[in-house]
Amino acid sequence: MEAVEIIFTASLWAAAIRIASPLIFATLGELICERAGVLNLGIEGIMTVGAFSGWLTVYVGGDLWLGVAVAAATGALFGLLHAILVVPLGLSQHVTGIGITLLATSLSYYTYRLVLPEVTSPPKIEPFQSWSVPFLSDIPVIGEALFRQTPLTYLAFACVALVAWFLYRTPMGLAVRTVGENPMAVEAQGIDVNRIRIGAVMAGSALMGVGGSFLTLSAFNSFFFEMINGRGWICIALVVFGSWRPGKALLGAVLFGAFDAYQLRLQQLAGGVVPYQLFLMLPFIMSIIALIVMSRRAAYPRALMVPYRKGER
Amino acid sequence: MRLESRDSRPLALVILYPVISLFLAGLFCGFLVMLSGASPLSVFGLIAKGAAGSQFALFETLTRATPLIFTGLAAAVAFRAKLWNIGGEAQLYAGAVMTAVLGTGLLPLPSAVLIPLLIVMAMLAGALVLSVPTFLKTRFGVDEVVTTLLLNFIMILFVSMLLEGVLKDPSGMGWPQSKKVISEAVLPRLIEGKRLHFGFVIAVAAAFAVWVIDRKSALGYEMRAVGFNPKAANFAGIPVNRVLAKTALLSGGLAALAGFSEVAGLKGNLTLDLSPGFGYTGIVVAMLALLHPLGVVAAAIFVAAVFVGADAMSRSAGVPSYIAQVMVAASLLSMVTAVMLTRYRLRWR
Amino acid sequence: MPAVLRLSGITKRFGALLANDNISLSLGRGEIVGLLGENGAGKTTLMNILFGHYLADEGSIEVNGKPLAPGSPRDSLLAGIGMVHQHFTLADNLSVLDNIILGTEPFFSLSSDRRAARARIAKLGEDFGLAINPDAVVANLSVGERQRVEILKALYRDAKILILDEPTAVLTPQESTALFDTLRRFAERGLSIIFISHKLGEILAACSRVAVLRSGKLVAERDVAGATRNELAEIMVGRPVAPTKTELQTPGAVVLSLDGLSVRRGTQQLDGISLQLRGGQVIGVAGVSGNGQNLLADVISGLVQPHAGSMSMNGNRLGAVSPASAIANGVARIPEDRHAEGLIGDMSVTENVISEAYRTPRFSRRGLIDWAKARRFATQIIDDYAVKCPGPEAQVRLLSGGNMQKLILGRVMANAPSVVLANQPTRGLDVGAVNYVHEQLLAARRRGAAILLISEDLEELLSLSDEVCVMYRGQMSAPLSRADTTISELGLMMAGHGFEHREARHAS
Repeated sequence: MEAVEIIFTASLWAAAIRIASPLIFATLGELICERAGVLNLGIEGIMTVGAFSGWLTVYVGGDLWLGVAVAAATGALFGLLHAILVVPLGLSQHVTGIGITLLATSLSYYTYRLVLPEVTSPPKIEPFQSWSVPFLSDIPVIGEALFRQTPLTYLAFACVALVAWFLYRTPMGLAVRTVGENPMAVEAQGIDVNRIRIGAVMAGSALMGVGGSFLTLSAFNSFFFEMINGRGWICIALVVFGSWRPGKALLGAVLFGAFDAYQLRLQQLAGGVVPYQLFLMLPFIMSIIALIVMSRRAAYPRALMVPYRKGER
Repeated sequence: MRLESRDSRPLALVILYPVISLFLAGLFCGFLVMLSGASPLSVFGLIAKGAAGSQFALFETLTRATPLIFTGLAAAVAFRAKLWNIGGEAQLYAGAVMTAVLGTGLLPLPSAVLIPLLIVMAMLAGALVLSVPTFLKTRFGVDEVVTTLLLNFIMILFVSMLLEGVLKDPSGMGWPQSKKVISEAVLPRLIEGKRLHFGFVIAVAAAFAVWVIDRKSALGYEMRAVGFNPKAANFAGIPVNRVLAKTALLSGGLAALAGFSEVAGLKGNLTLDLSPGFGYTGIVVAMLALLHPLGVVAAAIFVAAVFVGADAMSRSAGVPSYIAQVMVAASLLSMVTAVMLTRYRLRWR
Repeated sequence: MPAVLRLSGITKRFGALLANDNISLSLGRGEIVGLLGENGAGKTTLMNILFGHYLADEGSIEVNGKPLAPGSPRDSLLAGIGMVHQHFTLADNLSVLDNIILGTEPFFSLSSDRRAARARIAKLGEDFGLAINPDAVVANLSVGERQRVEILKALYRDAKILILDEPTAVLTPQESTALFDTLRRFAERGLSIIFISHKLGEILAACSRVAVLRSGKLVAERDVAGATRNELAEIMVGRPVAPTKTELQTPGAVVLSLDGLSVRRGTQQLDGISLQLRGGQVIGVAGVSGNGQNLLADVISGLVQPHAGSMSMNGNRLGAVSPASAIANGVARIPEDRHAEGLIGDMSVTENVISEAYRTPRFSRRGLIDWAKARRFATQIIDDYAVKCPGPEAQVRLLSGGNMQKLILGRVMANAPSVVLANQPTRGLDVGAVNYVHEQLLAARRRGAAILLISEDLEELLSLSDEVCVMYRGQMSAPLSRADTTISELGLMMAGHGFEHREARHAS
């Protein structure tokens, strides 16, 4: 098959959507945090703990959806920790975020080893099965690409609409957007800045947790170390690429997924002539290029990374 | 709840709070240890014994501290200037690659020439790697946190490519590893028969050098000024972008020395598992040291002790050695909180 | 007149500072009360307590006879208190509508009724003469329009008590007069207003009653009718006030000359600015904030390269500018924002005073700084400029605004500069510090330096300057001699009179 022909195959786009799904969740999560003015570098660790806790729930006999819920809850818990440290205490969001990633990751690994001290190959679970949407899945190409996915993918798409509607159509969403622009404006309306920010970071982190659980409950069927493999950092780049807007972030994630799926196929096509590592590097390089292109016109939330101290002028 | 700036910082507070915070981090880990069914006290005892209970253990800890001093200094230097270099891992590997390229026989030179040359070249490689994100930051305003993080992944793939390609050791039985460095490139052992090598001495010397730069030099002054308030620094005529570029050269170079010293001092060759996250741990080391160059040495030894001790403990008590990483991460978070509370007072209303 | 608001025995301490000392005050329905006091007298603190931003240590507040829960902006809003802050609390990237309806709808509601909000804003605008386009993005509005949004925010919430904190600081004199008319209209409709200011004239023009604060204490409360300026000034400052006097001095040669400077940055621009600064002369620059004054200051400071035009010093044309070259050319720069640009709060006094000269042989050799010399220099500035601080190693962020400004003066005046660029040098300072800064500027003038004073305080400009220019949308008027210009004349020019409207780039 020729390199160009691949682009028009339904299987490429089906794979693109699959690869994009966890990124959509986590990017939305980071987007909510940053819209409220909080950079969450805990994302990589929160995705790890989401992947792990979701998997563990199912492994010990829980329902798949219970696994997703547990992943969201653990994500929110670590989000709460991050939020307490950076919002009311005003600690450096960079350092704290890295700390959260280290803590969440190491706690996941520690607990994994506690539960399974001796295994060498990670135990498998029965993951979400793909579910064809009646009628829609019969549309040629589009049907195969879009409508024969697992329920979690459909949930990811639904979340985009939900988050967009929340941010732009509800009073609480307005408060979140304002708090990331000028916390004084929120304070002056008698709304507690810290509560809004803490809530936003928790909600965003819950989405990151769900994004992580997609990997163990839908994409693969087990948990292994290093499985997030930089996806969290890519999501941070995607937020910038999407100019802090849910719709554009979705577009970015799908493009990224398509690119990743494409390079996987190209890799097989190249058949070992080009070192496979070069292909694996491409997503990361693409992310950096996307950042350079978008940073020129990025209108980032004005109060991003600026701690708010009540009563301080 | 709100924070009020303290007018003064009593010395007692400055000492007491970090101590309490580390104690609390320990308590949290003790709880985790209990989950495994082991007794926290005996586990902590085993960790201490494994880290410092014997001459062997002590040397092992110092050996492990060596790369952490370098990466810790790299983070401390960069963070002082608010250059968020999270890419210590990539710069470490850059230094290691340079050492493996030049030190495995390409340059047949005597030790006295080769080792200093390797140091300089390794530092240049690391400096170059950090210069890219720094340039993107100053020229295009791209956040360096994300780019340095992404570069870590690119670098490790690049190393993997080299180790399966041009740098692959033909006699390595198919393992992705480089040839051993020639004997002229090997850093001497400090004590015959122990793993502790000359890299430790270089690391401590580097810490002193950074301390002198920080306290005495115009560059150190500039880096602090830029870190505290880039706008005011620029207003006063301090060339902010140039200072950031210099900071990047220094920070990247220091992180690269970790790679150099691991290859030339300890492992002898370049492998994909050369660094178990020394770059990231360096950030923790720097923060625990409150970004003070001499404090980095102490913090690196502390963190190394936790890792070495936990390895030994895990072998005998069966508690997963990942407890060390948890301990280090928890210490980081509690330490930065403690430092904040020495500067600000917490008011509930 | 029934009291709608009663403050009783309010006391607030910040550490050792007694910001409010047992203050009691009441406000009647339909009354406009002026709250007069110097910077730092405790006016804003008192109002922040009333609005719930701060918590009083002692005392209580009653609204319409009912006690107000302390420390809750929400309760203050619900009680009908609206506050127009000195620094606007608007989100620049959001629309006017978003800014106004924030926090007015049930928080957990799943939708928001924007159509109703739009109608209500239109109605309020009509009723009170405060028309505004609800879909405009705040960042594109002029300062006057932003203030209108702030007032609309309060009215939208049915505020019955309106607090305005230094509302005229950003307005032209004519706009201020219009604002006073609006306030009187509010009062006629039964709103009660507290008008905070440190400007006597405004208090006399706008209020029916005045309360004077000094060092945290309420020192006087009286009807405005019959009160005189001098009397109020003396109560406010606590001693007779001697206005700064300038002696006549013949200007010297041209030191700095600007020739057709043009540059554009964001919404600000300079449009062909030409100006000549002579030694021994103070030129004042007036203008409503945002008309290019800061850009002009930044160009002269070396922060911004002009796109067109040139600058020359002592007849020599300057090439590319940088802060370092400006310093080397003998330009002393007093920046608008002490905290953001002037000083590095987390560094010591010593580290701050050498920031413009640390690379010179005076303080460093071969890249190493001579800290002993630097400390001596800092000690000398502390002594010469009477800076109140624990010593040269003290952190600057712990200093008061006046002492920070003294440090900056000490730093930039050390080398007998030939040009002094002072951008809002007295903003936020108390009277003592203001006089000190004025004296230092006049001393530099006596020494023969050329001084460019940018200020939004017209009284300050007219008392110090030999000539005054007005900036409007990036253009600069010809210099007017102080003798034949008046505040109202300047005010008209600040609103654009006498400027040719070359382009209508600004939608506002």
